[in-house]
This record gives sequence, structure tokens and C-alpha cells, in this order.
Amino acid sequence: MGSLLSRLGLECGRKAVKEEERHLRANDRELNLSYKYSDNAIKTSKYNIFTFLPLNLFEQFQRLANAYFLFLLCLQSIPEVSSLPWYTTVVPLVLVLSMTMAKDGSDDMNRHRCDKQVNNRQVEVLVEGELQSEKWMDVQVGDIVKLENNQFVTADLLLLSSSEPLNLVYIETAELDGETNLKVKQALTVTGKLEDSVEKLANFNGEVRCEPPNNRLDKFTGTLTLKGETYSLDNERILLRGCTLRNTQWCFGLVIFGGPDTKLMQNCGRTTFKRTSIDRLMNVLVLSIFGFLMIMCLILAIGNGIWEYQEGSKFAAFLPKGVNAPFSAFLTFWSYVIILNTVVPISLYVSVEIIRLGNSFYINWDRKMYYPKNDTPAEARTTTLNEELGQIKYIFSDKTGTLTQNVMTFNKCSINGKAYGELLDFSGQRVEINEKTEKVDFSWNNLADPKFCFHDNSLVEVVREGNPEVQAFFRLLSLCHTVMPEEKKEGELYYQAQSPDEGALVTAARNFGFVFRSRTPESITVVEMGELVTYELLAVLDFNNVRKRMSVIVRSPEGKLTLYCKGADTIIFERLNPSCSNLTEVTTLHLNEFAGEGLRTLALAYKDIDPEYMEDWKLRHHVANTAMDEREEKLDALYEEIEKGLLLLGSTAVEDKLQDGVPQTIEQLSKADIKIWVLTGDKQETAENIGYSCNMLREEMNEVFIVSANTSEEVRKELQTARRKMTPDGTEEPTVKKSRSGLFCLQKTETVADEPVNGEYAMVINGHSLAFALEKDMEIELLRTACMCQTVICCRVTPLQKAQVVELVKKYKQAVTLAIGDGANDVSMIKAAHIGVGISGQEGMQAVLSSDYSFAQFRYLQRLLLVHGRWSYLRMCKFLRYFFYKNFTFTFVHFWYGFFCGFSAQTVFDEWFITLFNLVYTALPVLSLSLFDQDVNDWWSFQYPQLYTPGQLNQYFSKRAFVYTVLHSGYSSLVLFFIPWAAMYDTVRDDGKEIVDYQSFALLAQTCLLIAVSIQLGLDTHYWTAMNQFFLWGSLSVYFAVIFTMYSNGMFLTLTSSFPFIGTARNSLNQPNVWLTMLLTSVLCVLPVVAYRFLRILLWPTINDKVRYKVRQDKVLPPTPRRVQARRTSTRRSGYAFSHAQGYGDLVTSGKFLRRTPKSRPALFSQTDSPLAQTQPQFYRTISEREEPPLSP
Amino acid sequence: MMASNYNAKEEDGHQPAAIGHGGAGTVKNKKPDNTAFKQQRLPAWQPILTAGTVLPAFFVIGLIFIPIGIGLFVTSNNIKELEIDYTGGDMSSPCYNCSQSYSWNSTKPCTCSVPFSLDQPFESNVFMYYGLSNFYQNHRRYVKSRDDSQLNGDKASLKSPSKECEPYRTSDEKPIAPCGAIANSLFNDTLELYYIDPNGSRTAIPLVKKGIAWWTDKHVKFRNPGGNDNLTVVFQGTSKPVNWRKSVYELDPSDPDNNGFINEDFIVWMRTAALPTFRKLYRIIHKKPNMTPTLPLGQYILEVTYNYPVRSFEGRKRMILSTISWMGGKNPFLGIAYITVGSVCFFLGIVLLIIHHKYGNRNHSADIPS
Repeated sequence: MGSLLSRLGLECGRKAVKEEERHLRANDRELNLSYKYSDNAIKTSKYNIFTFLPLNLFEQFQRLANAYFLFLLCLQSIPEVSSLPWYTTVVPLVLVLSMTMAKDGSDDMNRHRCDKQVNNRQVEVLVEGELQSEKWMDVQVGDIVKLENNQFVTADLLLLSSSEPLNLVYIETAELDGETNLKVKQALTVTGKLEDSVEKLANFNGEVRCEPPNNRLDKFTGTLTLKGETYSLDNERILLRGCTLRNTQWCFGLVIFGGPDTKLMQNCGRTTFKRTSIDRLMNVLVLSIFGFLMIMCLILAIGNGIWEYQEGSKFAAFLPKGVNAPFSAFLTFWSYVIILNTVVPISLYVSVEIIRLGNSFYINWDRKMYYPKNDTPAEARTTTLNEELGQIKYIFSDKTGTLTQNVMTFNKCSINGKAYGELLDFSGQRVEINEKTEKVDFSWNNLADPKFCFHDNSLVEVVREGNPEVQAFFRLLSLCHTVMPEEKKEGELYYQAQSPDEGALVTAARNFGFVFRSRTPESITVVEMGELVTYELLAVLDFNNVRKRMSVIVRSPEGKLTLYCKGADTIIFERLNPSCSNLTEVTTLHLNEFAGEGLRTLALAYKDIDPEYMEDWKLRHHVANTAMDEREEKLDALYEEIEKGLLLLGSTAVEDKLQDGVPQTIEQLSKADIKIWVLTGDKQETAENIGYSCNMLREEMNEVFIVSANTSEEVRKELQTARRKMTPDGTEEPTVKKSRSGLFCLQKTETVADEPVNGEYAMVINGHSLAFALEKDMEIELLRTACMCQTVICCRVTPLQKAQVVELVKKYKQAVTLAIGDGANDVSMIKAAHIGVGISGQEGMQAVLSSDYSFAQFRYLQRLLLVHGRWSYLRMCKFLRYFFYKNFTFTFVHFWYGFFCGFSAQTVFDEWFITLFNLVYTALPVLSLSLFDQDVNDWWSFQYPQLYTPGQLNQYFSKRAFVYTVLHSGYSSLVLFFIPWAAMYDTVRDDGKEIVDYQSFALLAQTCLLIAVSIQLGLDTHYWTAMNQFFLWGSLSVYFAVIFTMYSNGMFLTLTSSFPFIGTARNSLNQPNVWLTMLLTSVLCVLPVVAYRFLRILLWPTINDKVRYKVRQDKVLPPTPRRVQARRTSTRRSGYAFSHAQGYGDLVTSGKFLRRTPKSRPALFSQTDSPLAQTQPQFYRTISEREEPPLSP
Repeated sequence: MMASNYNAKEEDGHQPAAIGHGGAGTVKNKKPDNTAFKQQRLPAWQPILTAGTVLPAFFVIGLIFIPIGIGLFVTSNNIKELEIDYTGGDMSSPCYNCSQSYSWNSTKPCTCSVPFSLDQPFESNVFMYYGLSNFYQNHRRYVKSRDDSQLNGDKASLKSPSKECEPYRTSDEKPIAPCGAIANSLFNDTLELYYIDPNGSRTAIPLVKKGIAWWTDKHVKFRNPGGNDNLTVVFQGTSKPVNWRKSVYELDPSDPDNNGFINEDFIVWMRTAALPTFRKLYRIIHKKPNMTPTLPLGQYILEVTYNYPVRSFEGRKRMILSTISWMGGKNPFLGIAYITVGSVCFFLGIVLLIIHHKYGNRNHSADIPS
């Protein structure tokens, strides 16, 4: 926190003069330098050699804890107050400071290295009429640089000219916004004329005036003045740093913003700092502990005042200079602040950080979260949130790329009443298809896509036999679509489809011998069973949401006119020729079967058209198409007219492949009482479909509410109806619990209570309704209804809405949320949720970069939460409970001693013991407890996901648990002080000499304390590894070794004043009554705890106790039962499964996107491995060659 | 604490191997190592609290503690102890007069004799203690008011004692040796013991004044500056503590091995007590070689040279005669505590056993909801 503040402060300081407008002239370094714009060197490092020490210390002392210890140190330097020597504070403080310093230092070294690497990249710069290679950091504002293909953009540039026609360049912005698709930028025509002529470029002296540096990635305003003419500049002309040039041989750009002024750098950093709920609780606790500390000190100070008044004044002959009672009490107050500071020891913060770091490493090291296919291990990108992973209540998941692989495969089909795609054995039983099942051999077709796999050989046989229906089926698939082909080399075909469904269908047709080869606006060329056929494309009846179908009308080379139509089965069946009724019945059966398996289905139909009718229709179509008003309606009516009396061909079933293990993971997580909401940009049908296939929506659910209304009132009504259905006798008004939390109770929180529901319900809400529902006055309504449902699916949501939904739940449920996603559109919700998880290795890096944890597969989420999260939470809570116990016990003993030493702030323990207690004697055993402990192992954690619920309910560490801990340590401290006190009262050694002297008593008390807290640690440890044993016994032996060393003659003689306890250990520890006292205190400390825990396990066992008992009983792990996914028979059918948008038909026929022949930009679609690249329609951007009208000067 | 700031490296994004780790040419697999530590599969012992372990433990503790307690109690009871309060608070007390005329520096010693009788003989070595009550030797300002270097014979510290000794650091611009409040308030009563024969004659009982301090204190912690030779010269230029009547080198002029800083009475005093009521070993009465008891039963007189003022703070002064055992002086607490804890343990064990019998099956059915 502190470091952030100071960083902000530094940055503010640097920008003393705010830039109003940027003004620069190309190729005029002198003028540009006069403005003192920053050059292109970036500096993300914070320190240099000289500033490191002061700056770092300054930052560190801004942390409350460190500042507090500095304050203590100051107190200790006042001799009247100092109750402890300086080293008790200095040693821990120096240790902590130097550890943090080492970490900060190494981080900064890394940043220095990265800066250096980036700053030293080479780029060609136009200097004095020549192209020279220069380092990035030497590039100045106003320079002209030359970029080549696949190079990073050096700075924020104004694009001047490029190698491509129309002065276009293609850039990839994955590093900037996470989108992997290419974007097009276009230079001004006037600068485009410069081309790559160095001479012209060197003489270019355009002046740019534009906005000052800012962080808006999608906006730029400015003007270019050239030869008296002014041209306006917008974002289309700007190449931003962080992008990569693709498919463009070269381009020239004018540097406008350099280094720290670039939009990338303006955008980066300062992510919101996330804190865990334990953190927040700890802050509150620490604050109340401070209050408690003050009260204790106050009591003791008052005691001191009274004592001084009653006794001390009369004791004056023996005591060195007495002061008056009130002043003495005042001094004593501060002395006790020093002594009792151990209630909030500095080592608490250090230990917490270490524990979190250790648990983060476990995540990085976990082989079961490593995905071999991409070579991606899981990564904990934030090391401070681990325990929160054990408290998740809501998961918000993206769909595409997270639940699904975003890979569509043509899986099954039904042609003319016969289903294909199933494998049957001899007895007619279904054979399960897995990796090993033999694939169909497509080698007879040299244009086949090698990646396509299909298992049912009969379909190939039928198509090769020349079955007319089957051939018509595939012909339809190869003609009726809006896919773009690309043929880089002869025979190597790539399809660019806007929806992966279409791509899958066309690819299937291709493999079965109907290869879609190329298209022009007027024709489609297909290789049908090895024969090249060109169809004339007469019309494309485009898809839209209402129609839910698309058709093409083509003329075959023989002159036959055919309409091919594919679409949602319900829509198609309405438009079928009555003669198909038998076929429809059979196909419906198949469709139900496909849908039951969660496949996305389409019905296919065709119709031959009479040429004369066609002529007439075409005419009317033309009229409608050029109509000025109600064009849409007219066209719809025309389409409706011609798409009638269709003949059914069959249906297809495409599988939206789920990632591995998604249904099982979801089942596990819901058993752990985690609610999963799917927030997807997909269409409702698609989302629902996935909901069914990953078992979030189930047939046996009482009802699935679908909220898709168009007005605010309707949405409210639908939500209310749903809610009333779920709880007929529930209250109308939500039960809102208002409370205050946070530091000083400044934070007002409202919590909407959970409401009981009988039955299982689910809700699907679309983005449009969600927009209304998220309005201020309806959000509680939405939340109530949604939280009563088992499953919530929000479809067609924007990234902003995703974040809003997360914020809504965060705000009213006070529950811990997790968002998981893979794309740039998930970034907002990943940042909004308590914990953001990025799926790595799919789309761009953006989701991963802004996430807290990342891994490659959705199914690893269950391991992250149920194993790592649970353990981390358990460990952190155990640690905190134990740590507070240990330190409170330690401190309370001082409190009791106050009553026996005239409240003079005399310590009970040796000062060295106070110094080393937290740092040496107990540090490692506690760490090993909180790094190794596990109640049950990962196997059992999976077996009983309900073990997760205590975390959600904050059961292991809460204010209540804290109070218990304090009471417990109060008891222990009473035992630890009064038993030695009573046992030693007025007694002597076995040789008659002294034993109740201060030093012997201190030794006894501290040894008792150490043994008691060690035994308590042993009781808390559930998982005794060799390390635990080693550290525990090691620490105890170190303690004894240290006291014998420190109380030895040698130490005393070398440093007389620091080690006055000479001989105490030798003289005390050979006394039997000392050891008997230790035994007694230990037993008395432990007995009640054991008895209480035993009774609790016996009478009120928690789920943990039960599982642990069970683990002990069945020592041998039973084999994991293989869950067989039951096939569902479903009456529900998926709708039209295209996930594409309206309007591509126009593009296909207009041919705008075909302006550029494939040869001129051969590598545009080289990134076929990225599925999104194929789905994004941006490629087909219409690029106009409009001349920029010069603004009037 | 650090929010993740922009990292220049991330600009490279897709080329993680751009600056390879160590630049090794081989493609390193990022698969984590399969070690028990990293996979959190360390072999471990997982104890749980079951009836099979807890109940026997209670009984065993009970069975062990009760005999120990009885042993301790008996031992403590066998110790003979006699305590005489000679503060002289009330009029009837023989030392009343002395206690009233208080002054640190009175030259005329005030003596009083306290008669007492032993109704059983003290066998073996008898230890003589003086005890003080309500004396805060553990007060912070008091405890730190000393200079260990000076007491260890460091000559530099002798000439200029530590500041901790203020205000008993210098007197008449000469350093005080030994400095500080502890030394300054040295217990200076003299106690002598006489046996009254039945015939009325007094026999002085030999009191040994050496061997009463810890060996480490006597031989390591406390040393005279410049060895033991001629302490008068060594302590030249220092001043005696303001409350003392004689200098430190006059504490025991008869025995150079018990004089100066290594005077055992002084050493015993300097080992400050932990609690405001304490006793300190004063003298030892060695047992006689023959079979006669060290202190036979009969009448005794305690002769006190009453110097030490305690009346101001309502302190008490005691003289204690005690024998000792293997577990030290008389203190019945430990024995009683052991017996109590042992019985409670045993009782608790029985209660838990009953509860276990009644409700023990709850857990065992392992009715884990799923």
C-alpha cells in the first residue's frame, strides 16, 4: 500500500507541468526537443543504487506495522520509559526490513533488466535522410521510424505509409487488449504517397497537434498540417506501442508519444490491490488488539500510580529517585506499551507473507494442475490471496474457452431418416468412442482436412456409393454458408468462418468429398467427389435472429435452380412440404437423441425452384432491396414466400466440445456448496445447451426460468414471478441486514439474507434483460431471484455487465467471489471479483495478465479450490489462532507479574528471550505447521467436497474464534505465572541456596511458557511430517542450547552488561522441583484443551472430524469409482445453433472483402490455431477509399 | 504489498523464451518436479484424539501424578521450619524500641533479643534465612540500578560506574563502589543464635557464613578489582554507598576470601528476588559430627543487631531456620497441586469414559452427508 502511495507521489511530482496539447514537427528534432517531451526510454524500475536505501526505507516505514516498531524504538531510547533494551526491537525490525529490502531489490533488478532489454531493441530510424539502426530508447518524438513485419511497434506512431495497398497495415493487439484477431489501420492518403522513398520521407515536414498523453486506447484526436492543409487524425491512423505488425512488409510511422507517454505505459500498472477477507479481519483485530493493549497498559499505569502513592513514596529510601505518582504512572504507561507490544508482533506480518508465499509455490509446483499439451503449469500470480481460495461462495465463469474448448466438431447426422455417427458393435450395442477408436480413413480425398475425425465408416461408404440424398446433404453443407476459403498453396485450404459451427459443417462436407474451394460474389466453386463444379450464386437469404435460418439460391452448371436452407429444426419443420411428414418424424427422433447428448443441431432442407418464378422473385427482390422504407420487412416477406414447401434432407449435430472434466468439476464444486454462474457473450440457445451438457441445467429441475423481456417492467415481473414460484410463502420484502465493518466500522454493508427454496430451479437471463435488472431499483430483485436458483446463466452479456454482476453479488452477499475466464472480455470481471482466474494458453494473454491465478484447464479449478484453497485457508486460520494464542499467553504473563513488581514494567522473562521468542524459538515450528498441515489429503478432499463449507462460513477464524483464543491464552497465562509463583514461593534449592531470585524465576517462567506453547502446537498439528518434528524438537533444543550459551561464563566475561544471567541455567535446571513445576504447568495447560476437544469430537463432531475418523478407519484408499456419464433422454431440443451475427450474407455478395486477392497478403490467416481468429468478423471490415476532406485551414 | 506494475517483459508476451533462463538451448519442460515435498505428499503421522488414546492418557497421568504428589507432600511436611518475625511492629515485641528509632546512619547499634523455643530437634544441616516482606526487590528501577562490570572487577567501571546506578553513582564527587540502589540497600542486620541450656547458660551456635552464595556468582560474576590483594588500595578513591556504615573492603576484614565484592552476604543480596516476599540465606549451621541433633529442642535466643529499617513501607523482617530435602525448602504447594491435578485427571477420565460409552457411537457411524 505504502509503496503504491509513494509511487503515485513520485509520478505526480514528475509531471509538474501538465501538458495541454502536444505539438511536433516531423524530422525536426530541434523543435521537438524544445518541448522536452519524454523520449522513448521506459523506466519501470523504482530505484537506482543511490536512491535504493532511502527510498525503500521510506516506503517500508509507511507500513503501519513498521512505523509502529519505529515508534517503539524511539520510546525505548528514553531511559525513563525504556523497559526493554533496544535490541529487543531492533533485531526483529532489522530482520524484517532487510528481508523486504532484499525482495524489493531483486524485483527491481529484474525490472532493470527488462527495461534494459526493451530499451535496447533496435529499430530503423530516419536520421538526416538516411535509415539508421538505433536503440529504442534513443528514439525521439518527431522521428520517423520504419517497422517491418512481426516487429513490435516502437512507440505510439502516426502511420505514414505502408507496403500494402490503400496504405493499410495489420496489427495484432494481443498484448494491449488481449484480442488475438488482427486489426487494420490505414494511413492518410496524403502521407501514403510518401511510400518508402527515403528522400520524400526525409523532406516530410508535417506538423502534428494532438491531445496530451492519456490512457484511452480507443481514442485519439489530433490534426496533421502539411503544406498549409490540415487533416484530422483519429485512432485509425495510430499504431500503439505494444502491438505487433503482421502481414505487412513494412510501414513508416511518425513518433508521437514516446516511452512513458505511450498509451500502453499510461495504461499499465496500478491494478487495484486485492485484500483477502482474513486480511481485513486481521486489520480489525489488530486495531482492537491495540485498543486492548492500551486498556491493559492503562490498568497497569493506574496500578502504578496507586502503588507509587501508597508504597513507593515510603519505599524511597531503597529506590532510586522516586517521582511523583501521576508522572510515574504516565511513564509506566509507555513502558508497558513497550513490554506488551508482543500482542502484535512484527513477525506476524512476516510470517503471514511467508505462509502465503509457500502456499503459492505449492500451486506452482502441483503436477496435477500442469497441462502437458501446452506445457503450462498452474501459476499463482498473486501470492497474497491464497486463503481466500478456501472461502469461495460464488464462481462466475465465462463459457467460450473456459467451459468449452471453442472447438466445434461435426459429430453426428441424420440423413434421410438414417442416423450416422454412432458406432455399433455386432449385437447392436453402442460402442463408446474414445481416443483409441479407429478413425475413418479420408485418404481417398486429397483435399480432406487431416484434423477432421469421424468414426462411423458407413457414412463414407454411402457417400462414395453415390447415394443421392447423402450427396445432396453434403452439397448443401458446401454451398449454404458464409465461409471464406483461403488457399495458400494448391490443395491447402483454410476456412475462415464467423461461427465455428459453420466451419465445422463445411469442413465435414469437405472431408466427405464436397470441397468448398472458392467463392466470388456471384459464384461458388466446389469440388464434388473430385469434380470441379461452379455454381452460380443467385441470392443469399441471410440469417437473423427472427428467421433462425439461412438459405442460398444457386444455379448448377446444368442450369437447375435450387434453394438450400439450413436452420433451427422448429423453423424448418414449419416450412416443409407435407410429403416429408414421415421423414420428419424419424428425424425428430434423431434430433431428440442428439439434443439429449448436448449436441447443437440444425435441420437441412432444399427445394427446386422454377426458373420463371425465380425471374419474377429476383425482380421483386431487387425492388425490395432498393426500397427506401421498410426494406427489412419487405425482404422478410419475400424470403418467407420462397422458403416454403421445402424437402427435408436431414439434420446435423455439432458438438461444442467441453473441456475435459467440466461436468465432473461442476458437480464437485456444487457439492462444495459453491454456486456457479455462467456469464457468456454467447447466444441464449448456445448457453443453455452448454448448461445442459455440463450438467448445470438438468432435466429433473423443477423449472428453468428464462428471463428475456424488453422493458424494465416486464423484467421485474418475470423476476418476481420466478421468485414467487420458488418460495410461494416467502416474504415480499428482502431481509436486508445492515451492519458496519472494516476499520473503525466506517464501511457500511448491506447483506441480503439467503432464502430457503424447495426444489431445484435455474435461471437464464439475457443481456438485454440484465441491463434492466442491474438498474439500481431492481438489482436486489435480481439478486434475490438469482441466488435462489441453483444455476444462473447470463447470456449475451457485455464485459461491463459481467463486472456489474460480480459487483452486485459482492455488494449484497458479503461472500467471496471468483471469476474465471480466458479472454479479454473477461478482464473486467476477473478484476472485479475477489479472485480472478485466467485460463492460459487459449486466447490472448490479457485475462491471464490481470488474473491472480492461471492454469490451462477449467477442471483444475476444483483442485485449486478444494485442495489448495482449503488447505491454505485451514493453515492460515490455524496459524493465526495459534499465533495469537502464543503471543497473548506470552504477554499476559507480564500483565500478571505487574501486580507483583509494583507495576514497574519489569519483565518476567529474560530480555534475550523476549527478543528471540518469536523470531527463533517458535518461528520455524509455527511455519512448518502452517506450511505442511493438512487435515485430510487431496484424495479425501475430493471425496468429500463438503469439507469446503467451513471456509465459506468463516468457521475456522472469526471474531468469535479470536475471543476464544484470547480466553484460552488468558487461562494459560494464569497457569504459567501462578503455578511457578506458588511452587517457588519462599522455597530454596536443594542445597539451601536461593531459587526465587529474579533470574531463576525468569528462567523457569520462560521455559514453562515455551514448553506449553510447543505442546499446544503439537495438539494443533494434524499432519506430522519429519519437518514438523525436526523443527519442533530443533527449536526446543536450540532454546536450551541458547540459554546455556548465553548464561555461560564466556558470554558474561566478554559482554558483561548484556548477559547478566550468568549461571542461571546451570543452577536452576538441576533442581527437581523446577522440572516438576514445568511438568505441572504443561499438563495443566494442555489437559482442558484435550478434554474439550475430545468431548467436541465425541458429541458435536464437525465434518472434518468425521472424515478424519473415516480416513483412519479405511487406511487403504478404495479405488475411485468411475463415474459413467448417463445418457440423457431429452425432449429439449437445441435451437438454431449458429453463433454468428446477422449481415454476413450481404458481405459475401457485396464482395467488398474480396477486393484484395489472397496472394497479396499471404499470411493474413496464418494463425489458424487461434479459434477466435476465425470467429471474429473484423477481418471483413469494409475499407473505403474515401478521400479525407481537408479541413478548412 | 506491491501491486503488480507494468513489467516490460510482458510486452514480449508470446515469446517466453526470448531471454531464456541461462540461455540453454534445450527446451526445458515446465512440468513441476515430482517430489513428495512439492506435491505435498510428505509421509506423515496423523494422530487424532480418539477414546483409545485420550482416556488411557488421563488415567496414566492421574496414576503418575498422585504418587508424585504424595511423595512431594510428605517430603515437604518432613521439613522442619521455624519462622520468627522480629520486625517489632507491636509494643509487646522485644524489638519494638529498635524499630522505632530508625536511622540509616545511627552510630549506636540497637540490639534486641528474641527468645524462642524449638519443640522438636532439627537434624542434619540447618539453614538460617532472613526474610523480608513487602520489599520490592523486583522493581524495575531497583533491579537495573547496578553495574555488573564494576562488580566483576572492571577497574574502569570502578572509577566511573554505569549511569544505571544514578543516583547512587557518585558521592562527594567520588564514584561509589559498589554503586546502585541494590547495593545501597544491603541488608545489614546481624543475627546471632544462642542456645539456652536448661541450666540457664547461653551457648553461641556456630554460624557458617561461607558457602551461602552460588558458586558461579562467587567465582565468576563477582570479582574484586585487581584480585584479592590489598583491597584498601584498590578501592582508594571510591566512596562507600551512602547507607553503608563501612566500606566494601571492610565487610569481612578477617577473611580476604570473603571481603570486598566477593563477600557472600553482599553477593546473596545482589541476587535480587523475584517476588516482594522473599527469604535469603544468611548462615548455615552444619550438623555435628556426632549423633546429636544440630539444634536440639529447647530454649533459644535470637540476638538481633537491628539496623535495617522496614517500618516505613510496612515491611516485615523474619528469621527462618529450616532443614531442607531433595526438593528444596518447605513448600507444600507442589505436592498438593500434584495430588489435585492427578485426582482431577482420574476423575475426568472416568467422566469422559461414561460420556464415551453413552454417546460414543455418534461419530463412529460416520454418517457423512453427501
